[in-house]
Amino acid sequence: MALWVDKYRPRELTKLDFHKEQAENLRNLCKQSDFPHLMFYGPSGAGKKTRIMCLLREMYGAGVERLRSETMTFTTPSNRKVEVMTVSSNYHLEVNPSDAGMYDRTVVIDLIKQVAQTHQIEINGQREFKVIVISEGDELTKDAQHALRRTMEKYVATCRIIMSVNSTSRIIPAIRSRCLGIRVAAPSEAEMTAILQSTCKREGLALPVELAKRVVDKSERNLRRALLMLEAAKVAKSPFTAQQEVPDLDWQVFLRETASQIISEQTPAKLEKIRDRLYELLTQGVPPNLIFRGLVEHLVSNCDMSIKAKTLELATEYEHRMQNGAKHIFHLEAFVAQFMSIYKKFMSELLMTDDF
Amino acid sequence: MQAFLKTGKSGASSGSDKPQGGSVERRKPPAPWVEKYRPRSVDDVVEQSEVVAVLRKCVEGADLPNMLLYGPPGTGKTSTILAAARQIFGDMYKDRILELNASDERGINVVRTKIKNFSQLSASHVRPDGRPVPPFKIIILDEADSMTHAAQSALRRTMEKESSSTRFCLICNYVSRIIVPITSRCSKFRFKPLGEEKIIARLQHICELESVKIDPDAYKTIVKISGGDLRRAITTLQSCFRLQGSEHTINTADLFEMSGVIPDYLLDDFMDVCRSGNYERLEQFVRDIGYSAYSVGQMMEQLVEFIVHHPNLTDPQKAKICEKLGECCYRLQDGGSEYLQIMDLGCCIILALK
Repeated sequence: MALWVDKYRPRELTKLDFHKEQAENLRNLCKQSDFPHLMFYGPSGAGKKTRIMCLLREMYGAGVERLRSETMTFTTPSNRKVEVMTVSSNYHLEVNPSDAGMYDRTVVIDLIKQVAQTHQIEINGQREFKVIVISEGDELTKDAQHALRRTMEKYVATCRIIMSVNSTSRIIPAIRSRCLGIRVAAPSEAEMTAILQSTCKREGLALPVELAKRVVDKSERNLRRALLMLEAAKVAKSPFTAQQEVPDLDWQVFLRETASQIISEQTPAKLEKIRDRLYELLTQGVPPNLIFRGLVEHLVSNCDMSIKAKTLELATEYEHRMQNGAKHIFHLEAFVAQFMSIYKKFMSELLMTDDF
Repeated sequence: MQAFLKTGKSGASSGSDKPQGGSVERRKPPAPWVEKYRPRSVDDVVEQSEVVAVLRKCVEGADLPNMLLYGPPGTGKTSTILAAARQIFGDMYKDRILELNASDERGINVVRTKIKNFSQLSASHVRPDGRPVPPFKIIILDEADSMTHAAQSALRRTMEKESSSTRFCLICNYVSRIIVPITSRCSKFRFKPLGEEKIIARLQHICELESVKIDPDAYKTIVKISGGDLRRAITTLQSCFRLQGSEHTINTADLFEMSGVIPDYLLDDFMDVCRSGNYERLEQFVRDIGYSAYSVGQMMEQLVEFIVHHPNLTDPQKAKICEKLGECCYRLQDGGSEYLQIMDLGCCIILALK
């Protein structure tokens, strides 16, 4: 049985639940004979992928939904074999080049060349190009992006690229200017509530307003997360009740506890304990940038403004280093140590001034 | 969009660039407007009087110096030299031009082999049909500032030795990234950013020919978004036209939405939030920016202008904020997290305003 997220995913541009005007624009785009490269950007769970699939369906018909997955092997210049999963139909190919880590450049060049050099067999009534969907485009290395720029120009006759990115900040300007950017904002809270309600109706369930509100609040405007939470809540207790608890994600709880421990005590011994907790988070596969963001959010929540500014300054510095470095734990821990130091200093100064 | 822009060139450039070479020629997609309305002759070039004067002489039959064209993007550097080359060589254009841009391999090996070999070919002073033609070839190195120093140095001697049969034309955005020995071998021409009226006139011309419906105010918006870059202005216009369909009258809001530029009121809001000195409000504001999918990188770029021209800030405040802005921008480009960078910036502004 499919999850609700997949089961009720809109499959046509006309059936999208929000950003209808944009959907109309996208349909306009399909009607014209030339078609630019596209870049969908927006936060996760806002419906970028859904829109891309709808767009493809609009262009090629139902054939795009017959998917097959394939593992492709690429050989890097240093003779290493890299395997990447791809999902494709007769008309498009979906790939996440960042799976290949630092070898994404090879993947981009080889794969796109392969696809782009084969023409569509039947031209009548078809588009003369295939589409390559690149997900998580902002995870591409600069090298790969530069390679992409060249391939985009060269094979424009036979293929178009649709990128799905979270933020355009990390995309080099040369790529940005070659793509038509489509902004996909997160759905508003009212829109999310409406979608949750209609989903429940289609499932034949009654959703209390309070519960819907709580789910929406917890989901951080991420529709996918909201639907998953709702389904999890259904498994926990069905039919729904208004007082029903929506469980937090356990790593978030864990992170919050970690932050409060840092606030409670600032000693080397504590730092060691915190390190274990951070390791725990990292081994559970929580992305380090989320750990950083979560830590900062919880740490600054009850400090003085001057400490807030200082903490953020440190956080930005260490986070930046972490992105460039190899071992995430070093930078996380360095940040925690620094924070402990300034926090302790601030507290002792506060005590001193109190004494006088 | 710019991908389309370059396709016209690739046929004229290196030998490796033959995507459609073997296959049957298919129906060409309609040309993008940037390509369609590229100046055909030197006289069509907007502004840039000095270089046009030199090139006009050359079209009339005089010799051409080695040239270094520099200036911000979209001011017509490539267009000018291509138009001139087309006029000078006519139908022999393809044989006499070697164009390499940043997307082609351009390491030291290419300089040593491809460029050298091409420059060593001699050029006749008559066409096959007997009419005269200038006896030289032109090598156009587009985006020359992205060439490595080693590759640039390797050019030095080649430029001099083959001067009897080859002229070099280097095109770049930042002249400071070209090594001095190269600049001293070329006559330099600076391309100025285009004025507002010039861009508007050009856009109006295109809108008329393509029968685009557009709000008169929207021209100014396009100019503002493009910042003196004619190519970007035209591309913006065309994408907007494509997205909205031909029935729609293009207005200012469409253009903002399409180009990913952040509306001014958000910048004002950001300053207001910072002025209030309330951290929670700042956090909420940053989250909302994230939810509505505006790019923080773009926001920072716009903030620079905004802060520098802000009427209510003192100079020390501006200095402090701009320093932080630079730092955050750099880190963001380098892979830092959007949320943290913009929060850091916000905190810095709060402190600076206190």
